[in-house]
Amino acid sequence: MGCTELMDYEVVLSDISFKHGREYIKANFEEVYEVKPGYKLFDIYLIGLPPILVGVTGDHIIFTYMKPCRGTFVLKIKGGEEIERLRSV
Amino acid sequence: MNKKALLLLGCPEVPVQTSIALYLANRLLYAGIEVFVAGTEAALDLLKVSDVEEHYVAEAKMIYLDDCIESLAEKRQDFDLCFVFVHNDVGVSYLATVHEISNARLFAIIFGSGADSLTEMIDFKCELLDAKTVHKPLLLRKKIDDKIKEVKRWAVPN
Repeated sequence: MGCTELMDYEVVLSDISFKHGREYIKANFEEVYEVKPGYKLFDIYLIGLPPILVGVTGDHIIFTYMKPCRGTFVLKIKGGEEIERLRSV
Repeated sequence: MNKKALLLLGCPEVPVQTSIALYLANRLLYAGIEVFVAGTEAALDLLKVSDVEEHYVAEAKMIYLDDCIESLAEKRQDFDLCFVFVHNDVGVSYLATVHEISNARLFAIIFGSGADSLTEMIDFKCELLDAKTVHKPLLLRKKIDDKIKEVKRWAVPN
């Protein structure tokens, strides 16, 4: 999974469509931000149909992540400074 | 200065992708356009093995997909034309992302058994070359041939 392999992530959902991932984030988290495709989160450039939703819960970030041969996932990763950057977008 | 085209490949699980990519690269080269290809390691290896003497795509012009997205997003690189190969939901997402981060004239090459539903998902500006095919490349080839007639007019250097 590229750079995410180096991070301590949790796979929340796998083998889903991008739309399913977006709806999951929208339905399950109160703090949700819209970002454009290509937004840099950690060392990842987010891929998807706009708007891409990124959720925040506690000190974690929830987002859709995809790879061509592996499909689409919803991942949960400790957010650190990325949370404040999202809040300022 | 020659115009530059990017072919952005998806997972190579659908057989027509590699043959259409090589065909399109050939047509673009003959139109005087410099060709770059981005893809996964597997997609690029299929091209390297099929085009061992680099007649169609030079290995130096092959870019790993993540590196390509990064360079486009950071505006370190861009192209005049971009052809995104789409055969699943992930492909549509890459197409939408390139639409957002690149100024290239954008083409979607849509194929595979779900081509019709994928086409319906695209609600932003790009040109569609689509065929509901998995193994047979001829219909896509015809659409490329028709489009290349226009491409040759754009290929005139600035």
